[in-house]
Amino acid sequence: MHPAYSVIVFTTASGAGYGLLVWIAAGVAFGFAPRDAAFGFVGMGVALAMITTGLLTSTLHLGRPERAWRAFSQWRTSWLSREGVAAVVTYIPAGLLGLGLVFGEFAPGQIVLGAALSAPCALITLWCTGMIYASLPTIRAWHQPLVAPLYVVLGLATGGVLMTGLLLSFGHDAHWIAAGGGAAMLLGAILKRLYWTAIDTAKKTYTAEAATGLGHLGTVRPLDPPHTQPNFVMREIGYQVARRHAEKLRSTAAMLLFLLPLAAALLLLINPPHALQLIIAALATASMIAGVLMERWLFFAEAEHVVVVYYRGGSA
Amino acid sequence: MTSLPETTGKKLGLVIDLDTCVGCQACATSCKEWNAGGYSAPLTDQDAHGGDPHGAWLNRVHSYDVGDGPKSRTVHFPRSCLHCETPACVTVCPTGASYKRASDGIVLVNPDTCIGCKLCSWACPYGAREYDYADGVMKKCTLCVDRIYNESFALEDRVPACVRACPTGARHFGDLGDPSSAVSQLVQEREGFDLLPEMGYKPVNKYLPPRPRRDQTSEAPAHAAEQPTVNSGSLADRFFVWADNTLAR
Repeated sequence: MHPAYSVIVFTTASGAGYGLLVWIAAGVAFGFAPRDAAFGFVGMGVALAMITTGLLTSTLHLGRPERAWRAFSQWRTSWLSREGVAAVVTYIPAGLLGLGLVFGEFAPGQIVLGAALSAPCALITLWCTGMIYASLPTIRAWHQPLVAPLYVVLGLATGGVLMTGLLLSFGHDAHWIAAGGGAAMLLGAILKRLYWTAIDTAKKTYTAEAATGLGHLGTVRPLDPPHTQPNFVMREIGYQVARRHAEKLRSTAAMLLFLLPLAAALLLLINPPHALQLIIAALATASMIAGVLMERWLFFAEAEHVVVVYYRGGSA
Repeated sequence: MTSLPETTGKKLGLVIDLDTCVGCQACATSCKEWNAGGYSAPLTDQDAHGGDPHGAWLNRVHSYDVGDGPKSRTVHFPRSCLHCETPACVTVCPTGASYKRASDGIVLVNPDTCIGCKLCSWACPYGAREYDYADGVMKKCTLCVDRIYNESFALEDRVPACVRACPTGARHFGDLGDPSSAVSQLVQEREGFDLLPEMGYKPVNKYLPPRPRRDQTSEAPAHAAEQPTVNSGSLADRFFVWADNTLAR
Protein backbone atom coordinates (compact mmCIF):
# COMPACT_ATOMS: atom_id res chain seq x y z
CA MET A 1 0.00 0.00 0.00
CA HIS A 2 1.23 3.48 -0.84
CA PRO A 3 2.25 5.25 2.38
CA ALA A 4 0.25 8.49 2.34
CA TYR A 5 2.42 10.91 4.28
CA SER A 6 -0.56 12.81 5.60
CA VAL A 7 -1.97 9.61 7.08
CA ILE A 8 1.41 8.70 8.62
CA VAL A 9 1.68 12.13 10.24
CA PHE A 10 -1.93 11.92 11.36
CA THR A 11 -1.75 8.49 13.01
CA THR A 12 1.60 9.15 14.71
CA ALA A 13 0.89 12.71 15.90
CA SER A 14 -2.69 12.07 16.97
CA GLY A 15 -1.65 8.69 18.39
CA ALA A 16 0.95 10.27 20.67
CA GLY A 17 -1.46 13.11 21.46
CA TYR A 18 -4.22 10.73 22.58
CA GLY A 19 -1.65 8.70 24.52
CA LEU A 20 -0.46 11.85 26.29
CA LEU A 21 -4.08 12.78 27.04
CA VAL A 22 -4.63 9.37 28.66
CA TRP A 23 -1.52 9.75 30.83
CA ILE A 24 -2.43 13.31 31.91
CA ALA A 25 -5.97 12.18 32.72
CA ALA A 26 -4.72 9.15 34.65
CA GLY A 27 -2.01 11.16 36.41
CA VAL A 28 -4.38 13.93 37.46
CA ALA A 29 -7.17 11.55 38.48
CA PHE A 30 -4.91 9.37 40.64
CA GLY A 31 -2.82 12.25 41.99
CA PHE A 32 0.49 11.34 40.30
CA ALA A 33 0.47 14.46 38.14
CA PRO A 34 0.13 17.98 39.57
CA ARG A 35 -3.09 19.94 39.17
CA ASP A 36 -1.29 23.16 38.38
CA ALA A 37 -2.18 25.68 35.73
CA ALA A 38 1.19 25.89 33.98
CA PHE A 39 1.61 22.14 33.61
CA GLY A 40 -2.05 21.80 32.65
CA PHE A 41 -1.74 24.51 30.01
CA VAL A 42 1.40 23.12 28.41
CA GLY A 43 0.53 19.43 28.83
CA MET A 44 -3.04 19.68 27.54
CA GLY A 45 -1.87 22.21 24.98
CA VAL A 46 0.68 19.78 23.55
CA ALA A 47 -1.80 16.88 23.61
CA LEU A 48 -4.61 18.79 21.92
CA ALA A 49 -2.25 20.49 19.46
CA MET A 50 -0.88 17.12 18.37
CA ILE A 51 -4.37 15.62 18.10
CA THR A 52 -5.69 18.60 16.16
CA THR A 53 -2.67 18.85 13.87
CA GLY A 54 -2.98 15.16 13.13
CA LEU A 55 -6.70 15.38 12.40
CA LEU A 56 -6.24 18.39 10.13
CA THR A 57 -3.32 16.72 8.36
CA SER A 58 -5.47 13.67 7.72
CA THR A 59 -7.79 15.80 5.59
CA LEU A 60 -4.87 16.59 3.25
CA HIS A 61 -5.07 13.17 1.60
CA LEU A 62 -8.73 13.75 0.77
CA GLY A 63 -9.72 14.67 -2.76
CA ARG A 64 -12.32 17.05 -1.34
CA PRO A 65 -11.13 18.21 2.12
CA GLU A 66 -13.90 20.83 2.27
CA ARG A 67 -16.43 18.00 2.54
CA ALA A 68 -14.63 16.28 5.45
CA TRP A 69 -17.51 17.06 7.83
CA ARG A 70 -19.62 14.52 5.97
CA ALA A 71 -17.40 11.76 7.37
CA PHE A 72 -19.15 11.99 10.75
CA SER A 73 -22.39 10.56 9.39
CA GLN A 74 -21.82 6.84 8.76
CA TRP A 75 -20.71 5.61 12.19
CA ARG A 76 -23.14 2.70 11.96
CA THR A 77 -21.00 0.84 9.44
CA SER A 78 -17.72 2.70 8.89
CA TRP A 79 -14.72 2.59 11.25
CA LEU A 80 -13.38 5.72 9.58
CA SER A 81 -16.58 7.53 10.44
CA ARG A 82 -16.50 6.12 14.00
CA GLU A 83 -12.95 7.40 14.38
CA GLY A 84 -14.05 10.86 13.30
CA VAL A 85 -16.96 10.88 15.75
CA ALA A 86 -14.81 9.55 18.61
CA ALA A 87 -12.11 12.12 17.85
CA VAL A 88 -14.56 15.01 18.04
CA VAL A 89 -16.36 13.66 21.12
CA THR A 90 -13.00 13.39 22.92
CA TYR A 91 -12.62 17.18 22.75
CA ILE A 92 -15.53 17.62 25.20
CA PRO A 93 -14.06 15.82 28.26
CA ALA A 94 -10.56 16.95 27.23
CA GLY A 95 -11.87 20.52 27.27
CA LEU A 96 -13.38 20.02 30.73
CA LEU A 97 -10.09 18.62 31.97
CA GLY A 98 -7.89 21.25 30.33
CA LEU A 99 -10.03 24.23 31.33
CA GLY A 100 -10.33 22.86 34.84
CA LEU A 101 -6.56 22.54 35.17
CA VAL A 102 -5.79 25.97 33.70
CA PHE A 103 -8.60 28.16 35.04
CA GLY A 104 -9.75 26.14 38.04
CA GLU A 105 -12.95 24.14 38.27
CA PHE A 106 -16.24 25.82 37.33
CA ALA A 107 -18.00 23.12 39.30
CA PRO A 108 -16.56 20.68 41.84
CA GLY A 109 -15.45 17.40 40.28
CA GLN A 110 -14.92 18.94 36.84
CA ILE A 111 -11.28 17.82 36.58
CA VAL A 112 -11.98 14.29 37.77
CA LEU A 113 -15.00 13.97 35.47
CA GLY A 114 -13.02 15.33 32.52
CA ALA A 115 -10.13 12.99 33.29
CA ALA A 116 -12.38 9.98 33.80
CA LEU A 117 -14.07 10.55 30.42
CA SER A 118 -11.03 11.74 28.46
CA ALA A 119 -9.06 8.54 28.92
CA PRO A 120 -11.69 6.09 27.57
CA CYS A 121 -12.63 8.48 24.74
CA ALA A 122 -8.98 8.74 23.69
CA LEU A 123 -8.51 4.97 23.87
CA ILE A 124 -11.67 4.38 21.83
CA THR A 125 -10.42 6.81 19.17
CA LEU A 126 -7.10 4.96 18.96
CA TRP A 127 -8.96 1.65 18.69
CA CYS A 128 -11.12 3.03 15.85
CA THR A 129 -7.98 4.12 13.97
CA GLY A 130 -6.60 0.60 14.23
CA MET A 131 -9.91 -0.93 13.19
CA ILE A 132 -9.99 1.11 9.96
CA TYR A 133 -7.05 -1.06 8.87
CA ALA A 134 -7.83 -4.25 10.75
CA SER A 135 -11.33 -4.44 9.25
CA LEU A 136 -10.06 -4.81 5.66
CA PRO A 137 -9.80 -8.50 4.65
CA THR A 138 -8.34 -7.39 1.31
CA ILE A 139 -5.01 -6.56 2.99
CA ARG A 140 -3.49 -9.56 4.72
CA ALA A 141 -0.93 -7.58 6.74
CA TRP A 142 -3.65 -5.34 8.19
CA HIS A 143 -6.40 -7.89 8.74
CA GLN A 144 -4.61 -9.15 11.86
CA PRO A 145 -5.85 -9.34 15.45
CA LEU A 146 -2.82 -7.39 16.73
CA VAL A 147 -3.32 -4.33 14.52
CA ALA A 148 -5.94 -2.47 16.59
CA PRO A 149 -4.26 -3.30 19.96
CA LEU A 150 -0.96 -2.05 18.53
CA TYR A 151 -2.45 1.32 17.62
CA VAL A 152 -3.65 1.70 21.23
CA VAL A 153 -0.43 0.47 22.85
CA LEU A 154 1.84 2.52 20.58
CA GLY A 155 -0.30 5.59 21.28
CA LEU A 156 0.22 5.04 25.01
CA ALA A 157 3.93 4.26 24.58
CA THR A 158 4.69 7.35 22.48
CA GLY A 159 2.42 9.52 24.66
CA GLY A 160 4.31 8.19 27.70
CA VAL A 161 7.62 9.46 26.33
CA LEU A 162 6.06 12.92 25.85
CA MET A 163 4.55 12.84 29.36
CA THR A 164 7.94 11.95 30.85
CA GLY A 165 9.58 14.91 29.14
CA LEU A 166 6.81 17.28 30.19
CA LEU A 167 6.83 16.25 33.86
CA LEU A 168 10.62 16.54 33.99
CA SER A 169 10.56 19.95 32.31
CA PHE A 170 8.26 21.23 35.04
CA GLY A 171 10.43 19.64 37.73
CA HIS A 172 7.81 17.09 38.75
CA ASP A 173 8.32 13.49 39.69
CA ALA A 174 8.45 11.29 36.59
CA HIS A 175 9.20 7.89 38.10
CA TRP A 176 5.64 6.66 37.69
CA ILE A 177 5.43 7.62 34.04
CA ALA A 178 8.92 6.31 33.26
CA ALA A 179 7.74 2.99 34.69
CA GLY A 180 4.20 3.09 33.20
CA GLY A 181 5.24 4.45 29.82
CA GLY A 182 8.18 2.05 29.78
CA ALA A 183 5.81 -0.86 30.41
CA ALA A 184 3.63 0.29 27.49
CA MET A 185 6.77 0.58 25.37
CA LEU A 186 7.85 -2.95 26.31
CA LEU A 187 4.37 -4.29 25.54
CA GLY A 188 4.42 -2.43 22.22
CA ALA A 189 7.81 -3.95 21.35
CA ILE A 190 6.57 -7.46 22.13
CA LEU A 191 3.29 -7.00 20.21
CA LYS A 192 5.07 -5.49 17.21
CA ARG A 193 7.54 -8.38 17.10
CA LEU A 194 4.61 -10.83 17.26
CA TYR A 195 2.84 -8.83 14.55
CA TRP A 196 5.85 -8.97 12.25
CA THR A 197 6.11 -12.72 12.78
CA ALA A 198 2.38 -13.05 12.12
CA ILE A 199 2.48 -11.23 8.78
CA ASP A 200 5.62 -13.10 7.71
CA THR A 201 4.01 -16.46 8.37
CA ALA A 202 0.37 -15.73 7.44
CA LYS A 203 -0.59 -17.78 4.42
CA LYS A 204 -1.04 -15.98 1.13
CA THR A 205 -4.51 -17.34 0.52
CA TYR A 206 -5.54 -15.28 -2.49
CA THR A 207 -4.09 -16.37 -5.80
CA ALA A 208 -4.37 -15.17 -9.40
CA GLU A 209 -6.00 -18.53 -10.15
CA ALA A 210 -8.76 -17.90 -7.58
CA ALA A 211 -9.11 -14.22 -8.48
CA THR A 212 -9.77 -15.04 -12.13
CA GLY A 213 -11.59 -18.33 -11.46
CA LEU A 214 -9.34 -19.98 -14.07
CA GLY A 215 -7.35 -22.21 -11.73
CA HIS A 216 -8.91 -25.38 -13.15
CA LEU A 217 -7.06 -24.66 -16.41
CA GLY A 218 -3.65 -24.34 -14.74
CA THR A 219 -1.35 -21.53 -13.71
CA VAL A 220 -2.56 -18.02 -14.53
CA ARG A 221 0.22 -15.71 -15.73
CA PRO A 222 -0.28 -12.11 -16.84
CA LEU A 223 0.34 -11.84 -20.58
CA ASP A 224 -0.78 -8.36 -21.61
CA PRO A 225 -1.50 -5.68 -19.01
CA PRO A 226 -4.75 -3.72 -19.39
CA HIS A 227 -2.86 -0.42 -19.59
CA THR A 228 0.65 0.73 -20.41
CA GLN A 229 1.25 3.03 -17.43
CA PRO A 230 0.34 2.37 -13.79
CA ASN A 231 -3.24 3.40 -13.02
CA PHE A 232 -4.65 4.62 -9.70
CA VAL A 233 -5.00 1.08 -8.37
CA MET A 234 -1.35 0.30 -9.03
CA ARG A 235 -0.12 3.64 -7.73
CA GLU A 236 -2.19 3.50 -4.55
CA ILE A 237 -2.21 -0.20 -3.84
CA GLY A 238 0.64 -1.78 -5.80
CA TYR A 239 3.38 0.02 -3.84
CA GLN A 240 6.42 -2.25 -3.67
CA VAL A 241 9.39 -0.29 -2.35
CA ALA A 242 10.02 -1.61 1.13
CA ARG A 243 9.97 -5.37 0.72
CA ARG A 244 13.65 -5.77 -0.09
CA HIS A 245 14.85 -3.75 2.86
CA ALA A 246 12.06 -4.73 5.24
CA GLU A 247 14.23 -6.59 7.75
CA LYS A 248 16.79 -3.77 8.00
CA LEU A 249 14.09 -1.12 8.27
CA ARG A 250 12.25 -3.12 10.88
CA SER A 251 15.29 -3.42 13.15
CA THR A 252 16.09 0.28 12.78
CA ALA A 253 12.48 1.19 13.59
CA ALA A 254 12.48 -1.15 16.58
CA MET A 255 15.71 0.34 17.89
CA LEU A 256 14.52 3.94 17.55
CA LEU A 257 10.95 3.38 18.69
CA PHE A 258 11.40 0.77 21.42
CA LEU A 259 14.99 0.10 22.45
CA LEU A 260 16.34 3.64 22.97
CA PRO A 261 13.20 5.03 24.71
CA LEU A 262 13.12 1.91 26.93
CA ALA A 263 16.76 2.40 27.85
CA ALA A 264 15.94 6.05 28.56
CA ALA A 265 13.05 5.03 30.85
CA LEU A 266 15.35 2.67 32.77
CA LEU A 267 18.02 5.37 33.11
CA LEU A 268 15.46 7.81 34.49
CA LEU A 269 14.39 5.29 37.11
CA ILE A 270 17.89 5.34 38.64
CA ASN A 271 17.72 9.09 39.35
CA PRO A 272 20.46 10.79 37.34
CA PRO A 273 20.98 14.56 37.87
CA HIS A 274 18.08 16.69 36.65
CA ALA A 275 19.93 18.23 33.72
CA LEU A 276 20.89 14.76 32.50
CA GLN A 277 17.27 13.64 32.93
CA LEU A 278 16.14 16.41 30.59
CA ILE A 279 18.73 15.44 27.99
CA ILE A 280 17.74 11.79 28.23
CA ALA A 281 14.04 12.68 27.85
CA ALA A 282 14.77 14.90 24.84
CA LEU A 283 16.82 12.20 23.14
CA ALA A 284 14.15 9.58 23.89
CA THR A 285 11.50 11.86 22.37
CA ALA A 286 13.53 12.44 19.20
CA SER A 287 14.28 8.74 18.85
CA MET A 288 10.64 7.80 19.47
CA ILE A 289 9.37 10.25 16.85
CA ALA A 290 11.76 8.95 14.18
CA GLY A 291 10.99 5.37 15.17
CA VAL A 292 7.21 5.67 15.12
CA LEU A 293 7.25 7.47 11.75
CA MET A 294 9.35 4.63 10.36
CA GLU A 295 7.11 1.97 11.95
CA ARG A 296 4.01 3.58 10.44
CA TRP A 297 5.66 3.92 7.02
CA LEU A 298 6.51 0.21 7.11
CA PHE A 299 2.96 -0.61 8.18
CA PHE A 300 1.82 0.77 4.84
CA ALA A 301 4.74 -0.15 2.62
CA GLU A 302 4.83 -3.79 3.75
CA ALA A 303 1.09 -4.30 3.33
CA GLU A 304 -0.01 -5.97 0.12
CA HIS A 305 -3.49 -5.72 -1.33
CA VAL A 306 -5.16 -8.74 -2.93
CA VAL A 307 -5.77 -6.80 -6.17
CA VAL A 308 -2.07 -7.11 -7.06
CA VAL A 309 -2.66 -10.71 -8.13
CA TYR A 310 -4.61 -9.46 -11.14
CA TYR A 311 -1.58 -7.47 -12.22
CA ARG A 312 1.36 -9.65 -11.36
CA GLY A 313 -0.09 -13.13 -10.81
CA GLY A 314 1.06 -15.27 -7.88
CA SER A 315 -0.57 -14.85 -4.49
CA ALA A 316 -1.19 -12.18 -1.88
CA MET B 1 -26.54 5.75 3.70
CA THR B 2 -23.83 3.12 3.76
CA SER B 3 -25.99 0.54 5.51
CA LEU B 4 -26.84 -2.03 2.88
CA PRO B 5 -30.41 -2.71 1.75
CA GLU B 6 -31.59 -6.07 3.09
CA THR B 7 -32.81 -7.12 -0.31
CA THR B 8 -32.83 -5.47 -3.69
CA GLY B 9 -35.77 -5.59 -6.09
CA LYS B 10 -33.54 -6.66 -8.92
CA LYS B 11 -29.94 -7.76 -9.13
CA LEU B 12 -28.82 -6.05 -12.28
CA GLY B 13 -25.41 -7.13 -13.47
CA LEU B 14 -23.20 -8.41 -16.22
CA VAL B 15 -22.33 -11.89 -17.39
CA ILE B 16 -18.95 -12.01 -19.07
CA ASP B 17 -18.04 -14.88 -21.33
CA LEU B 18 -14.34 -15.67 -21.07
CA ASP B 19 -14.71 -18.15 -23.91
CA THR B 20 -15.65 -15.62 -26.56
CA CYS B 21 -13.91 -12.47 -25.30
CA VAL B 22 -11.13 -11.61 -27.76
CA GLY B 23 -9.53 -8.87 -25.67
CA CYS B 24 -10.21 -6.16 -28.24
CA GLN B 25 -10.70 -3.47 -25.54
CA ALA B 26 -13.89 -2.22 -27.25
CA CYS B 27 -15.81 -2.56 -23.97
CA ALA B 28 -13.16 -0.57 -22.10
CA THR B 29 -12.94 2.25 -24.64
CA SER B 30 -16.69 2.54 -25.16
CA CYS B 31 -17.10 2.59 -21.37
CA LYS B 32 -14.58 5.41 -21.10
CA GLU B 33 -16.25 7.30 -23.92
CA TRP B 34 -19.75 7.01 -22.53
CA ASN B 35 -18.84 7.70 -18.95
CA ALA B 36 -16.60 10.66 -19.74
CA GLY B 37 -19.82 12.43 -20.65
CA GLY B 38 -22.43 10.65 -18.54
CA TYR B 39 -23.08 10.10 -14.83
CA SER B 40 -19.35 9.78 -14.08
CA ALA B 41 -18.31 12.95 -15.92
CA PRO B 42 -15.69 14.22 -15.81
CA LEU B 43 -13.66 11.04 -16.09
CA THR B 44 -10.26 12.62 -16.34
CA ASP B 45 -6.84 11.58 -17.57
CA GLN B 46 -3.52 12.93 -16.36
CA ASP B 47 -0.51 13.69 -18.54
CA ALA B 48 -2.48 12.27 -21.47
CA HIS B 49 0.11 13.26 -24.06
CA GLY B 50 3.19 13.12 -21.85
CA GLY B 51 5.49 10.44 -20.57
CA ASP B 52 3.25 9.03 -17.83
CA PRO B 53 -0.30 8.99 -19.17
CA HIS B 54 -2.93 7.55 -16.84
CA GLY B 55 -6.53 8.17 -15.98
CA ALA B 56 -9.68 6.85 -14.41
CA TRP B 57 -11.26 3.97 -16.34
CA LEU B 58 -14.14 1.88 -15.10
CA ASN B 59 -13.36 -1.25 -17.06
CA ARG B 60 -9.97 -2.91 -17.59
CA VAL B 61 -9.19 -5.86 -19.83
CA HIS B 62 -6.35 -8.14 -18.77
CA SER B 63 -4.93 -10.92 -20.92
CA TYR B 64 -3.59 -14.02 -19.23
CA ASP B 65 -1.57 -16.99 -20.30
CA VAL B 66 -3.39 -19.86 -18.63
CA GLY B 67 -2.16 -23.43 -18.22
CA ASP B 68 1.16 -24.96 -19.07
CA GLY B 69 2.89 -26.36 -22.13
CA PRO B 70 1.04 -27.13 -25.34
CA LYS B 71 -2.29 -26.98 -23.52
CA SER B 72 -1.79 -23.37 -22.45
CA ARG B 73 -4.22 -20.82 -23.82
CA THR B 74 -4.77 -17.09 -23.82
CA VAL B 75 -7.74 -15.89 -21.82
CA HIS B 76 -8.87 -12.27 -22.02
CA PHE B 77 -10.33 -11.06 -18.79
CA PRO B 78 -12.42 -7.86 -18.51
CA ARG B 79 -12.52 -6.58 -14.93
CA SER B 80 -14.99 -4.03 -13.60
CA CYS B 81 -17.29 -3.50 -10.62
CA LEU B 82 -19.20 -6.69 -9.79
CA HIS B 83 -22.04 -4.84 -8.01
CA CYS B 84 -21.69 -7.15 -5.00
CA GLU B 85 -24.69 -7.99 -2.85
CA THR B 86 -22.74 -7.19 0.34
CA PRO B 87 -20.02 -4.80 -0.84
CA ALA B 88 -17.45 -3.67 1.73
CA CYS B 89 -16.70 -0.60 -0.43
CA VAL B 90 -20.13 0.71 0.59
CA THR B 91 -20.01 -0.10 4.30
CA VAL B 92 -16.54 1.41 4.85
CA CYS B 93 -17.57 4.73 3.27
CA PRO B 94 -17.57 7.38 6.02
CA THR B 95 -19.84 9.83 4.22
CA GLY B 96 -22.63 7.76 2.73
CA ALA B 97 -21.52 8.76 -0.77
CA SER B 98 -21.18 5.08 -1.65
CA TYR B 99 -24.46 3.27 -1.70
CA LYS B 100 -26.23 0.24 -3.07
CA ARG B 101 -29.58 0.92 -4.65
CA ALA B 102 -32.46 -1.00 -3.10
CA SER B 103 -34.40 -0.98 -6.37
CA ASP B 104 -31.92 -2.68 -8.70
CA GLY B 105 -28.77 -3.41 -6.66
CA ILE B 106 -26.49 -1.04 -8.59
CA VAL B 107 -23.56 0.21 -6.48
CA LEU B 108 -23.00 3.92 -7.05
CA VAL B 109 -20.92 6.81 -5.74
CA ASN B 110 -22.61 10.15 -5.21
CA PRO B 111 -20.05 12.53 -6.74
CA ASP B 112 -21.46 15.45 -4.74
CA THR B 113 -20.77 13.94 -1.31
CA CYS B 114 -17.69 11.77 -1.89
CA ILE B 115 -14.68 13.22 -0.02
CA GLY B 116 -12.11 11.20 -1.98
CA CYS B 117 -10.67 9.34 1.04
CA LYS B 118 -10.06 6.28 -1.17
CA LEU B 119 -10.92 3.84 1.63
CA CYS B 120 -13.45 2.11 -0.66
CA SER B 121 -10.64 1.30 -3.10
CA TRP B 122 -8.75 -0.36 -0.25
CA ALA B 123 -11.83 -2.39 0.70
CA CYS B 124 -12.54 -3.69 -2.83
CA PRO B 125 -10.62 -6.88 -3.71
CA TYR B 126 -11.41 -6.46 -7.40
CA GLY B 127 -9.72 -3.10 -8.00
CA ALA B 128 -13.01 -1.81 -9.36
CA ARG B 129 -12.82 1.71 -7.98
CA GLU B 130 -10.48 4.30 -9.36
CA TYR B 131 -9.74 7.74 -8.00
CA ASP B 132 -10.21 10.65 -10.36
CA TYR B 133 -7.15 12.77 -9.64
CA ALA B 134 -8.66 15.91 -11.17
CA ASP B 135 -12.23 15.54 -9.87
CA GLY B 136 -11.09 14.49 -6.38
CA VAL B 137 -13.73 11.76 -6.03
CA MET B 138 -13.94 8.02 -6.64
CA LYS B 139 -15.24 6.68 -9.93
CA LYS B 140 -16.70 3.27 -10.63
CA CYS B 141 -18.89 1.33 -13.02
CA THR B 142 -22.45 2.65 -12.86
CA LEU B 143 -23.78 -0.18 -15.00
CA CYS B 144 -24.58 2.75 -17.30
CA VAL B 145 -27.44 3.79 -15.06
CA ASP B 146 -27.89 6.71 -17.46
CA ARG B 147 -28.43 4.39 -20.45
CA ILE B 148 -30.38 1.41 -19.17
CA TYR B 149 -33.42 3.43 -18.04
CA ASN B 150 -33.18 6.04 -20.80
CA GLU B 151 -36.52 5.98 -22.58
CA SER B 152 -35.31 8.25 -25.36
CA PHE B 153 -33.02 5.40 -26.45
CA ALA B 154 -34.04 2.61 -28.79
CA LEU B 155 -34.65 -0.59 -26.83
CA GLU B 156 -31.46 -2.26 -28.03
CA ASP B 157 -29.42 0.68 -26.77
CA ARG B 158 -30.78 0.47 -23.23
CA VAL B 159 -27.86 -1.67 -22.12
CA PRO B 160 -24.47 -0.70 -20.69
CA ALA B 161 -22.09 0.79 -23.27
CA CYS B 162 -19.67 -2.13 -22.86
CA VAL B 163 -22.38 -4.64 -23.72
CA ARG B 164 -23.50 -2.62 -26.73
CA ALA B 165 -19.92 -2.36 -28.00
CA CYS B 166 -18.81 -5.97 -27.61
CA PRO B 167 -18.30 -7.36 -31.14
CA THR B 168 -18.28 -11.01 -30.06
CA GLY B 169 -21.32 -10.97 -27.80
CA ALA B 170 -19.18 -11.83 -24.80
CA ARG B 171 -20.99 -9.42 -22.49
CA HIS B 172 -24.56 -9.90 -21.33
CA PHE B 173 -26.69 -7.62 -19.18
CA GLY B 174 -29.77 -8.47 -17.17
CA ASP B 175 -31.41 -9.29 -13.84
CA LEU B 176 -29.41 -11.99 -12.11
CA GLY B 177 -31.93 -12.06 -9.28
CA ASP B 178 -34.58 -13.49 -11.61
CA PRO B 179 -33.86 -17.17 -12.24
CA SER B 180 -35.88 -17.10 -15.47
CA SER B 181 -33.96 -14.20 -17.02
CA ALA B 182 -31.76 -14.86 -20.05
CA VAL B 183 -28.59 -14.03 -18.09
CA SER B 184 -29.53 -16.34 -15.21
CA GLN B 185 -30.24 -19.14 -17.71
CA LEU B 186 -26.89 -18.53 -19.34
CA VAL B 187 -25.10 -18.70 -16.00
CA GLN B 188 -26.94 -21.93 -15.19
CA GLU B 189 -26.19 -23.50 -18.56
CA ARG B 190 -22.52 -22.51 -18.73
CA GLU B 191 -21.74 -22.90 -15.01
CA GLY B 192 -20.98 -19.24 -14.46
CA PHE B 193 -18.87 -18.46 -11.41
CA ASP B 194 -18.07 -15.72 -8.89
CA LEU B 195 -14.67 -14.07 -8.52
CA LEU B 196 -13.11 -14.66 -5.07
CA PRO B 197 -16.32 -15.96 -3.49
CA GLU B 198 -14.35 -16.66 -0.29
CA MET B 199 -14.11 -12.90 0.34
CA GLY B 200 -17.82 -13.05 1.05
CA TYR B 201 -19.01 -9.99 -0.87
CA LYS B 202 -21.36 -12.03 -3.10
CA PRO B 203 -20.61 -10.54 -6.53
CA VAL B 204 -23.68 -10.17 -8.76
CA ASN B 205 -21.66 -10.17 -12.00
CA LYS B 206 -20.81 -13.67 -13.19
CA TYR B 207 -18.05 -15.00 -15.42
CA LEU B 208 -18.52 -17.88 -17.85
CA PRO B 209 -15.52 -20.22 -18.08
CA PRO B 210 -13.68 -20.86 -21.34
CA ARG B 211 -15.20 -23.95 -22.98
CA PRO B 212 -13.06 -27.10 -22.87
CA ARG B 213 -10.89 -27.35 -25.96
CA ARG B 214 -10.37 -30.31 -28.22
CA ASP B 215 -7.14 -31.98 -27.12
CA GLN B 216 -4.96 -31.14 -30.09
CA THR B 217 -1.77 -32.49 -28.58
CA SER B 218 -2.66 -36.18 -29.07
CA GLU B 219 -3.98 -35.64 -32.60
CA ALA B 220 -0.92 -33.93 -33.96
CA PRO B 221 0.64 -36.20 -36.61
CA ALA B 222 4.30 -37.19 -36.29
CA HIS B 223 5.11 -36.25 -39.92
CA ALA B 224 3.44 -33.96 -42.35
CA ALA B 225 0.92 -36.06 -44.27
CA GLU B 226 1.88 -37.02 -47.85
CA GLN B 227 -0.53 -35.79 -50.41
CA PRO B 228 -2.12 -39.01 -51.70
CA THR B 229 -1.50 -39.39 -55.43
CA VAL B 230 -4.65 -40.20 -57.27
CA ASN B 231 -3.78 -42.26 -60.34
CA SER B 232 -6.56 -44.03 -62.18
CA GLY B 233 -4.22 -44.95 -65.05
CA SER B 234 -5.91 -42.61 -67.50
CA LEU B 235 -3.83 -40.63 -69.97
CA ALA B 236 -4.58 -37.38 -68.15
CA ASP B 237 -3.58 -38.80 -64.77
CA ARG B 238 -0.35 -40.24 -66.18
CA PHE B 239 0.40 -36.82 -67.65
CA PHE B 240 -0.07 -35.11 -64.32
CA VAL B 241 2.12 -37.67 -62.54
CA TRP B 242 4.81 -37.12 -65.17
CA ALA B 243 4.44 -33.36 -64.84
CA ASP B 244 4.55 -33.58 -61.05
CA ASN B 245 7.71 -35.68 -61.07
CA THR B 246 9.38 -33.54 -63.70
CA LEU B 247 8.61 -30.30 -61.91
CA ALA B 248 9.74 -31.77 -58.60
CA ARG B 249 13.29 -32.43 -59.94
